[in-house]
Amino acid sequence: MIIDTDVVTLSRLQFALTALYHFLFVPLTLGLVWMLAIMESVYVMTGREVWRRMVQFWGVLFGINFAMGVATGVTMEFQFGMNWAYYAHYVGDVFGTPLAIEGLMAFFLEGTLIGLFFMGWKRLSKVKHLLVTWFLALATSLSALWILIANAWMQNPVGSAFNPETMRMEVTSFAEVFFNPVAQAKFVHTVSAGYVMGAMFVLSISAWYLLQGRNVDFAKRSMTVAASFGLAAALSVVVLGDESGYAVSENQKMKMAAIEAMWETEPAPASFTVFGIPDVQQQTTHFAVRVPWVMGLIGTRSIDTPIPGIANLVEETKGKIGNGIHAYDAMLVLREDKNNAQARAILAAHDKDLGYALLLKRFMDDPRKATPADIQKAADSTIPNVPVLFWAFRIMVACGFYFIALFGFSFWLSSKRKLDSKRWYLKLALWSLPLPWVAAELGWIVAEYGRQPWAIEGILPTALGVSSVTTGQVWTSLGGFVFFYTALAIVDAVLMVKFARKGPDGLGIWPPADTHTTPAKV
Amino acid sequence: MFDYENLRLIWWALLGVLLIGFAIMDGFDFGIAALLRVLGRNDDERLVLLETIEPTWEGNQVWFILGGGAVFAAWPMLYAVSFSGMYLAIALVLLAFILRPVGFNFRGKVHDARWRNLWDWVLVGSGVVVMLITGVAFGNLFLGVPFQFDGDLRMSWHGGFFELLHPFALIAGLVSLSMLLAHGACWAALKADQLIAERAARLARWFTLIYVLVYVLAGIWLAYGIPGYAIVGPVVTDGPANPLFKAVARGGSWFASYLQQPWFWAAPVLALLGAIGVQLTVGKRGLAGFLCSSLMVAGTILSAGFALFPFLLPSSLDPRSSLTIWDASSSRGTLLLMLGVTTVFMPIIIAYTSWVYRVMRGRVTLEHVRNSDHTY
Repeated sequence: MIIDTDVVTLSRLQFALTALYHFLFVPLTLGLVWMLAIMESVYVMTGREVWRRMVQFWGVLFGINFAMGVATGVTMEFQFGMNWAYYAHYVGDVFGTPLAIEGLMAFFLEGTLIGLFFMGWKRLSKVKHLLVTWFLALATSLSALWILIANAWMQNPVGSAFNPETMRMEVTSFAEVFFNPVAQAKFVHTVSAGYVMGAMFVLSISAWYLLQGRNVDFAKRSMTVAASFGLAAALSVVVLGDESGYAVSENQKMKMAAIEAMWETEPAPASFTVFGIPDVQQQTTHFAVRVPWVMGLIGTRSIDTPIPGIANLVEETKGKIGNGIHAYDAMLVLREDKNNAQARAILAAHDKDLGYALLLKRFMDDPRKATPADIQKAADSTIPNVPVLFWAFRIMVACGFYFIALFGFSFWLSSKRKLDSKRWYLKLALWSLPLPWVAAELGWIVAEYGRQPWAIEGILPTALGVSSVTTGQVWTSLGGFVFFYTALAIVDAVLMVKFARKGPDGLGIWPPADTHTTPAKV
Repeated sequence: MFDYENLRLIWWALLGVLLIGFAIMDGFDFGIAALLRVLGRNDDERLVLLETIEPTWEGNQVWFILGGGAVFAAWPMLYAVSFSGMYLAIALVLLAFILRPVGFNFRGKVHDARWRNLWDWVLVGSGVVVMLITGVAFGNLFLGVPFQFDGDLRMSWHGGFFELLHPFALIAGLVSLSMLLAHGACWAALKADQLIAERAARLARWFTLIYVLVYVLAGIWLAYGIPGYAIVGPVVTDGPANPLFKAVARGGSWFASYLQQPWFWAAPVLALLGAIGVQLTVGKRGLAGFLCSSLMVAGTILSAGFALFPFLLPSSLDPRSSLTIWDASSSRGTLLLMLGVTTVFMPIIIAYTSWVYRVMRGRVTLEHVRNSDHTY
């Protein structure tokens, strides 16, 4: 059956938009919840009312964001079935498990405790409420862990094998799936990015209060927490991002080469291109500014291992497509005669490359009839969009180094107790607010757009994973998502600004408006 | 003990647990949302109703999310075929699930009557849409749905949204709607201010009455008007998960499984006993009314699942492609691991969920809402 390319394009667009949109809210939840846990811990340890009020104020903004994260997350859990039915069938045996465990282990805890976090202040003792907040924070990060285990399997599909009788991938080792090295690198990198976002959110809004001379003590305390938490997170996001890069170079050589716009294999150790204009037609990078050795060191942790370039990888892919066609042929023989020992042996020898034969399905119904020209076309289709990856990666990394500098400086200022002494710094902190979102979304693009044309690297091409739905159906859902998501984004932004503007003073959170509370021990 | 056949049976039972868990736990949230403008006659009363579910609806919604994840893991073909086949219906349900959390959170953030009215109606809509569509989808399972597999097990679907609106499916939708409205009203009778609780108890009795009528009607229609499906030839219960390895015939009755397993009759009996229980106890003895409506919900879902056994999703277009519990599951290893994880975590989930309900126990009074300063 020939795949409808319009359905593929629309479904990809819908998935990308809904995932990028979901990812506007999730990292902030991941980071902000730990800030709340730290603030509340200080409250419980010191008994100072202002810290409890900090949790309540930042909690209001956290709540607005959390609702959006939950609302947009529902779509993600069901879209695999709606738009990617063949994907769901082909890899559900492996991929569904971490998603289900996420629900059982993490999201249930998160969803159950969130209500108590907001409404349990008067019904729980101090320590019990603190425990609720800590478990909420823990559950949020655990949730990220399981989602990234699922995602890492798409990048590096370990612990599984193709079963010709059920026409799908099945698990051979859950230990390998759960302890996927890519998952570990991705998890620490992604949650650190969320922690940076949470810290920046608190830092920027607090800096704004200081610029206005409002809520001064409240804002300085918040900034102190944000500065130290943010510095630790920014250091970890860059260092562990490098670990993530190393993991990519091990199993996704094409993605690595595309990020670096490395058209040909360079002699080891390869140089790092800081700047350049990648030219897809000419397969070269104009105006390249290179730093010798750096890429080789990051990518291979050695000085004598070469990193393959795009041209070599395409040649390698052609060989894999050839092997894949043998596997595909054997699979069809087995379908008619499942006891054919010869076909079974051929499939066992080549089933690792079966996915490469499926690349041809975009162009033809029967991969066995592929000509050398078709194979060349299929091999060329494995090159991702080089300029987009090249630039997305560089802007993301630049943001990362900027975060280290900004939080480092904030940390120094807060330790000197001079946070409100420099207006230019406060303005800088305020205007840096969007950058963690820029970095996070670009990071998603590098990881997922860079995985194309594969849904599962080397196993299942994205185009094949699509459902048998019509373009009309996908247009309808896509239009609906765009309309409602846009409307909700506007409402979300208006409410966020409204409550940030009101501030702890305007909301009567600090200084306390009600007289029942004991006078503040600031 | 944990051979492939038993694991498939266990996961069929767990599918039922998930559905019943979702319907009981999130069902009353949807019922409350749908009845917001009927039971709550002014903003204070609506705040009371919302506050009866605010601390817990988010956790309850996870039953739905977990349902999605668990079906993906344990019954990947069911996940793939049902969600892509009923594409627009599922998209509508998702829309309701997208608007509901923000509705709960955003509604109280602005003190303006038009703002609150808007979100009230969004919540009402989300409740009605989810209750109705899940029922209609369930009804379609008995009618069979138009899909088939090719040799690669790629599914194609030959039908649109409006074909799902068969009169029998609409009756099933009404069963679901009246059942969960009654369930929601029982919750309000248990948790809301006495003034609202009395109103809710009256409504709960009406809704259970309607429920009994449409439920019995659906049962009679199913017995006499809708042909069942049956596997013909040998039934392989531990073979590879490939629907095309069997043959299926249409004809016979959906009640055939009730004849083979007479204890299945316990399910519809429980559902009707639950309904009678609601009539007798709602508004009188606190928790009893709510427990009876929960029983009614559980019995209804079980009775439908038992009738379908061993089918999960019959195909009207190509009966051989029908999904059954013997050929639509994950591999044995996945079922076993997921069973282990579920066995460990389900009791923990039930424990902390119960604790949260305990902490938030007691009625939400109008007085409390008027004096409350929380920003919800």
